[in-house]
Order: sequence, then structure tokens, then C-alpha cells
Amino acid sequence: MGRDLDRPLFLVTLALAIFGIVVLYSAGQTDAPSNATGVWTRQLVWLGVGLVAAATSYRISFRLLEWIAPWAYGLGLGLLLLTVVGFGSGGEGSAASTSSWLTIGGVRLGQPVELAKIATILMLARWFTARREPPTSLRGLIPPVTIAAVPALLVLAQPDLGSAIVFAGILFATLFWAGVAPSLLLLLASPVISLFLAWSTALWSAWMVVLFILLLLWRPFILEAIGIYVVNSVMGVAAMLVWEKMAPHQRGRILSFLNPEEYRTGSAYQAIQSKVAIGSGGWFGTGFTQGTQKRSGYIPEHWTDFVFAVVGEEFGFVGVMLALGLFIALLFILVRIAQRAADPYASIVVFGVAGLIFTHVFENVGMTISLMPITGIPLPFFSYGGSFLLLMALSLGLAFRAANEARSAGYVEN
Amino acid sequence: MSIWASWQVTRRADAARWVLILAFVVLGGGFFRAQVLQSEAYRLTSNNNRLRTIPLPAPRGEIVDRNGLLIAENYPGFSVRLLASREDSLRAVIARLDSLIPGIQVDADAVVTRWAAVRHEPALVFGSSDFGVVATLEEHRGVLPGLVVQAEPRRRYPLGAAVGHLVGYVSEVSQAELDNVAKFPGARMGDIVGKLGLEAEYDSIMRGRNGMRYVEVTARGHTVREQGLARAVRPIIGRTITTTIDLPLQQFVDSMWQADLAGKRGALLAMRPNGEILAYYSAPSFDPNDWVGGISVAKFRELNEDPDKPLINRVIYGRYPPASPFKLATAAMGLKRGLITANSRMAVPCTGGFQFGNRRFRCWKRDGGHGSLDLTGAVATSCDVYFYQLGLMLGEQAIFDEGTAYGFGQRSGIDLDANMEQRSIFPSELKHYVNSRGVNWWSRGEILNLSIGQGSNAQTLVNMTTFYAALAGDGVKRAPYLVRPRPGAPEFPMGLKPDELQVLRDAMAAVVNVGTAGRSGGREIRMAGKTGTGQVTNQEDIAWFIGFAPVEAPEIVVGILVEEGLHGSWVAPQVARTIRRWILGPDTAAVRAPIDLPITEELIPRDSLRLLEAGDTTIPRPAGTGTR
Repeated sequence: MGRDLDRPLFLVTLALAIFGIVVLYSAGQTDAPSNATGVWTRQLVWLGVGLVAAATSYRISFRLLEWIAPWAYGLGLGLLLLTVVGFGSGGEGSAASTSSWLTIGGVRLGQPVELAKIATILMLARWFTARREPPTSLRGLIPPVTIAAVPALLVLAQPDLGSAIVFAGILFATLFWAGVAPSLLLLLASPVISLFLAWSTALWSAWMVVLFILLLLWRPFILEAIGIYVVNSVMGVAAMLVWEKMAPHQRGRILSFLNPEEYRTGSAYQAIQSKVAIGSGGWFGTGFTQGTQKRSGYIPEHWTDFVFAVVGEEFGFVGVMLALGLFIALLFILVRIAQRAADPYASIVVFGVAGLIFTHVFENVGMTISLMPITGIPLPFFSYGGSFLLLMALSLGLAFRAANEARSAGYVEN
Repeated sequence: MSIWASWQVTRRADAARWVLILAFVVLGGGFFRAQVLQSEAYRLTSNNNRLRTIPLPAPRGEIVDRNGLLIAENYPGFSVRLLASREDSLRAVIARLDSLIPGIQVDADAVVTRWAAVRHEPALVFGSSDFGVVATLEEHRGVLPGLVVQAEPRRRYPLGAAVGHLVGYVSEVSQAELDNVAKFPGARMGDIVGKLGLEAEYDSIMRGRNGMRYVEVTARGHTVREQGLARAVRPIIGRTITTTIDLPLQQFVDSMWQADLAGKRGALLAMRPNGEILAYYSAPSFDPNDWVGGISVAKFRELNEDPDKPLINRVIYGRYPPASPFKLATAAMGLKRGLITANSRMAVPCTGGFQFGNRRFRCWKRDGGHGSLDLTGAVATSCDVYFYQLGLMLGEQAIFDEGTAYGFGQRSGIDLDANMEQRSIFPSELKHYVNSRGVNWWSRGEILNLSIGQGSNAQTLVNMTTFYAALAGDGVKRAPYLVRPRPGAPEFPMGLKPDELQVLRDAMAAVVNVGTAGRSGGREIRMAGKTGTGQVTNQEDIAWFIGFAPVEAPEIVVGILVEEGLHGSWVAPQVARTIRRWILGPDTAAVRAPIDLPITEELIPRDSLRLLEAGDTTIPRPAGTGTR
């Protein structure tokens, strides 16, 4: 096994890490007092820790990973359960009523959800590699869906909608990469689509017609088809009941996403101020550390959830394109590594990591310009936070190893 | 392992790449829209977010007298304002501010009201603060988020109470006044506007236009820094108004009143025959400086509850029976109607009274009467019996018509406090005597009352003095003015020929000059005028004197009115002094020389001594002083 690192992955990761630290430094430069002051030095320390973590995971064989996957998964679920049953506390962010931090004796130890994310990827990869063929029926999808759904439901109970969405992203990425037919994926996703279309009876009805046609075309098992149709109907009707059960901050976020102007003072305040900061950046931005929205404290959580608004305000459209370009480069590299991985297990793990990063980037960046609803999930490399940075380091360490193994296995030539 | 076959994996990888590209195109499109297409709008919002406008008050235009002396000026003061985003944070800061400065109570509700009107601008807390307060606040700026202290011009009236009723006062515009757009056009909450007097009348000229500057504030309302002054809009200074007032004369009138008539209520108006007002004084007065920066509640209560009512402007507000000065109007009517000439005598000589019907109307000189008099004599002695008969010759209709034509039932039209000036009362037709219940209380005896300035006849000082200005001038009663004639103010041509006016002027000269002309031998000022003592039921008499000088070519007309307890002859010296001060200038010795006017009316029963000492009514003028 050679010791060469995948050069493109290394360069892009390094560039993103530097960009992230630069933006975090700027985030601390404010006129209004904020918690952002000095976070960039703490993030540097976390980067150092992350380097050690990446080096460690780089040295772990995928066989060992495959073997410990159930244990890691079990540990992740256990810790998540602890946060739900009373050992959780809110972070420094806006959703302070949540309990995403594992807290014992008043000491906040970390966010177990990050461990659960990587553990879920490992567990899903293990389940798929144990089978020769991918499932071809919805019934066959029950085990992998359950693997992702258990941690997702636990984080929903915290409640943390954003992380629950990340588990969905991981699930769909691995299902797709493991060869599950796209039509099956759509049917799997259809209840969620019904849920989101439920606010408009006309749209939902149209969707139900489309679904009916799709079921006729794709011809799944007849019982499953009926089941799908019933579940979609129930979702459309149940949406309002779900709505009633939502936490106020979640409800506010969805409302403000649908109609920001009307909710100007509440959750939408974040969305609008973020968009104002980004929009006022123009082509080239206000310049490094010079963002006025940021300086005056108008961007909420501008060093964690809304850090990308600082990129938009200070570096403009050009800076945003640079950051997004680096992200898409990273994801392309991960897809390439997954494509050329020496064994299916490594391949699915790396693609799962790509799905994880993609979900975080798309959701976080999208919410800063109101393309996505506001959920408190961090932006890789940019948002300040130790737990998530460790997750990224561990995940990328695995990707480096997968790339390295592929090269050693002579799989590279085609 | 077909799904891991190379071509299968490549297909999935390509599909994944397309999904990635699509997703990033969507994101990139969103950013392109916000950062390139709509960038300007967001930049504007961003600026509105963090920039707060702070009005830069325009200095009010100055008020100067006819020679450019300052009646009202500006000097730098400090205002204290607060920026806030929410009401409770504003109240918290006010409470902290209140505790920092002992002795000053901040009216939190008033500040909140101002803030609520224009939320994105700083709300006024103190209109004027001394440097000590400002220094204390600056010291604690850290705990007073949103504090804005700025130098702003404050009004000052160097002569204070001497010009009180003339200049009026300024104070912060009220919500009710803002609602009435026509009242203070362009004014905004927190602006200082003129509420009374010249400040109100010429507010639109003097107010100027406020500028504004920008400060940057954080999301929590702390001010961060000033924007460069280049971006500030400079205030436009209000225009100076030049009045017809002669400030030294105004000052002289004030000090004279304080010395001679201390504690008396009344008013004095000095003007030129063309209507220019030289001095405008009402006593007691108030100090307009008390209103600058907001009048204290205690001070306002003191002014409001003073039994002498210092806030009443007695030049234009307050109608009094015009009494004997009105006899000149009766005489003018007789001349105009061709009923009398200067030499005409009445059928019945004065024997101290006049029998009309079953009632005897007395002359003020009851013991023996004045005998037979011509017009000059009648005016000079103010013989009631003469004017009773002249009134009867005119008849009620002629008195109504002529009196109305002379403007006795109107406002003077002065360019000051138009809404405060009282309309003088004079009957224009017999219907005037029908009361609300339809009962006609007219009797021909009322003609006798009207002809000597009693009865249903009440005039303001400004209206009477303006009538005398017409007599001293060209016979047209015009609206008097302090800055410029009020546009559209009516004129009242009396229709007297110049020689008829001369008859009246000579008669008035005789009032003060009987038997004394030419005593000083050298140059002299011949003065004319008319005293009067108005009788008000259940009140003490009203003393009038309206005079002008020089008789040959009148330059100044002065009317004085003093409520309660005086006689016309007692206040005549003040008019004479005012005239001398105007014509002779600030030569104190000459101006202050004893005045001994042989006023012939009303003195006799109550102060016969003065008549016996009747002496010099001509005022010696020092050589070398020209006529002004």
C-alpha cells in the first residue's frame, strides 16, 4: 500500500480549509460585539485535531471499518438517545430550544449526530455489500431505510430538522450508488413529495395523477403500488396534523421560507438579512473584512449557519463562484474516487460521504439566498464548529484511503 | 456483481455528476440573481438597514429691525436625541439617562410619542441642553445606545420681554399642527416652528429647510461611526426678515413703561402714517426666551394663571370703548357729508349737558359747560354736547355707513397673529340692535352715545391707531404692517379732501397746543392728538391717547391704551416721549425732559392742577438734529 495522497483531493481540501479560515477570521471583525470574535483561532486548533483524525482514519482498513460498523452505529444511536432523554442542551445558535449537544454534568461533549452520520454511512455500506443484488422492491428497501430512519427520527426528536434531512440525503445517495433503480427511489420519496405539496390541494392532486401514471408505467408489485398510493393519500391529508405537531421554530422556518416578507421580524429576519448581505455584495463584494451587514451585526449566526452570507457580502459573486467551484470540484473528486474504488464497500462509503457533503452544502448555501428553508446545519470547512469538522476530517481520511487503495490495486488504468 | 460492472458504475457516476452540475447551476443562478441582477436593490436595503438619518436643523432666519439690529438671533446649543429600534429598549435607555442627570425629569411618554412618529430617526429628548449635561451623557455613552448629541442652533431674543408680543415664541410642532398640512408646510415631527407673533406669521420664510446626516448603527442600535460629511445634506438657512420696527424705540417704550406705568396693563403702538409699525408693545409682557428648548410646566402655569394675563396681546386682542378719540371720526363724517366746516357752530351751546327727549345727556364739563364752540374748539375741549348735536345731524344711517367705510367694524389687517386679532365692533345697520331674541333695543339716544365713542362701539388699539394714521396721512386707512402689508388686506378710503384732513389735524393740534405755540422760539415739534377715557360698566376707566407729530408733516403716530384707573391725560406724556424719542433720537436729556401737556379734557374734575399749570406742549429740538 503506497503512501501517496490523492493530489487533487488534497489540494481542493487544503484550498477549502484556507478559504474557510479566512472567512472565519473576517467573521470576527465586527463593530457590534458578537461571539464570532476569535473563533478563527479556535477553528485552527480544531483543524489541527482534524488533521490527526484524518490521518487516523486514513490508516484504518475498510475491512476493519466494515467489521466495526454495527458497533459504531450502535454507539451513535445510543449517544443520540441520551440527548433525547435529557442529556442534551442547546447550542450557541438560534435554535437554543433544541438539545443537539450531548451534555453530561453541564459539560458539552459534542454533537452525537455527527458520529451518527458517519456511522450510518458505514452501516448502510455494510448492508449493501453483504448482498449480491440491490433490492428491486420497496419491501426490500425496508432494512436500509430503517438504518437511516432510526437516527433521523432521533434527531427529529431533538428537534433538528436539518440533520434529519442529511440522513435522507445519505440514504438516497447510498441507495442510488448501490444500484437501486431510480424509479424505486422516486416511489420511496413520493410520500415526502406529497407532504410538501399538501399545502396546495391543486398541486397535490396533480401529483397524485402523475404518481398513478408512473405506477402503471413502472409496474411494481401490485400490493406495493396500492401501498404507495395509500401512503401518499394519507401524507397529503396528514400534512396538517404534522404541522400541528411541529415545534414553533420549525413551523416559523417553513412559513418564512414560503413567504419571507410576511414574517419579516421572526425567522424570516435571518433569511432577509442574509440575502441583503449577499445581494449587496454585487460582483466583487465589499472587500475582505469590510462587509457592512456583517460588521453591524445584521447577519444572524454569521460565523456558523450563515457564514456563507459573509462570503457573498465580502467577496461578491466572484467569491461565491470560487467557493461553489471548490465544492463541486471536491464532490467530483469524491465521485471519481467512489467510481474507481477497489471494492464496493469503500465505494459506497465514499459516495455516501459525497452525499453527506452535498446535502450540507446545498441546504446551507441554498438557505442563505432563500432557495431552501432555514435549518441549522453547518457548511463544511466554513462554519465554525468542532464536531462537524471532525466528521469531515474522518470522512475525507476515508476518501484518501479509498483513492490510495484503488491506485495500489491497479484499478486506475481505465 | 453486475451493478459493480465498470460500465454500470460509470453510468451512475455520470448521472451523479449531472445531478451535481444541475444543483450547482440552480445555486449559482440564485446568486447571480441576487448579486448581479438585484444587487442595487439589496445595497439600498443594506444601507437603509444600518444608516440612520439625523436631521440637521436649519438655523431660523433672523429677525432684524429697520436698521438691521437683531431682534431675534441664533446661538449654538445642544440637542439630545435617541435612536431606538424598539419601544422597550428606548424606555430602558431613557430611564438610565434620567438617572444620570439629577434634577432633570425626562418625559418618557413624550419621547416615545416622537419616536413612534418617525421610527428610523432619532427621537428628541432635550431640545436644549447645557454643556454640563452633554458632557455627562457623552461620558456614559457606553450604556446609552443610540445616543445622538448634536450642536444645533437655538433661538435667542436679546431684548427678551421687551419684544415678547412682537416676536411671539417658537416651540416644537405638535401632532395636531402636523395633521393640518397647510399650517406648517414641510414641517416634520420634532421641528421647531413659530407659534405666535412674527415667529408664527413669517415661519415659512424663517424656518429654512432641515438637512440631514447619516450615522451607521448596529443591529442593536449602537451608533458606530459618522458617515463622511460629504454625504450629508446641508441645512438651508432660513431667510432673515427685516421688520419696520425701530429697535431702540421699542426698547425705549419698554423701559418707559417699566418706569412710568409699572404694573399697568395696556399697550402702545407706534407707526408711520403709511402703515409701517415702529414699536409694538403690550404690557405685561413675557420673555420669549422661556420657550426656547421647551417651556417648563411651572413657568407656563405662572404665565397662564397671572391675573394680569401677560399672554394677552393687548394691541390686537382686547376691544375697548374708543371714547373721545372717536370724536374725530364723528367730525370726519360731518365734514365729509358737508354738514359742517371748521367754523360751524352747533345750535345749542354747551351748558354742561344736552336735553334729548326726556333725558339729559351730560357733557364731561358739568359746571357751566363750554359755551358755543367751533369744530376746533369742540375737538380741543372734547365737548360732548357739540358731538351729540353733530351725531343727530348725521343721523344713524350716516354714522353706520361712514363708520363701516372707515373700517370701524373690521380688523386692522396687521400682518401679525391674524387669527388672534379681534374684529372691532361697530354697527353697520339698525339690525345690529336686534338681539338674538328679536327684540329691538335701538333708541335714538344711541346716536348720542355713538357720536362720543360710547355705545355699541368697541375698538382695538391697532384699529384706532391706524385710523389716526389715516388722519395724519392721506386719509386712507391701510392695514399696518411689521414686514410687509398683508396681501389682499382691505383699504378704507375716508373720502376726505386734503383741506378737510387739515381741519381735523389743526383741531387735534389745538388739543395739545392751546395758547402755547411758539414759546421756545426756535425749531419745535408741533404735536397733535386726542385723549380719551373710555367708560366700561363695572370696571375702571380705560385711558387712551393717540397722537402724532409733527403736525405740518406727520412722521409718527403713537397710540397708547392703559386699562383701569387712569385718564387719557395721564398717559399722553408717554406718547409725547415716544414721539420725541423717535424724532430727536437717543438724546436722553431732551427726550427725558419734563413733559407738561395742557390736556384740556377730563383733567378738570379730577386733576385741575395740571390744567392750571398748562404750559409747554412744544418740544424744543436741539439744533442740528434733522427731522427724521
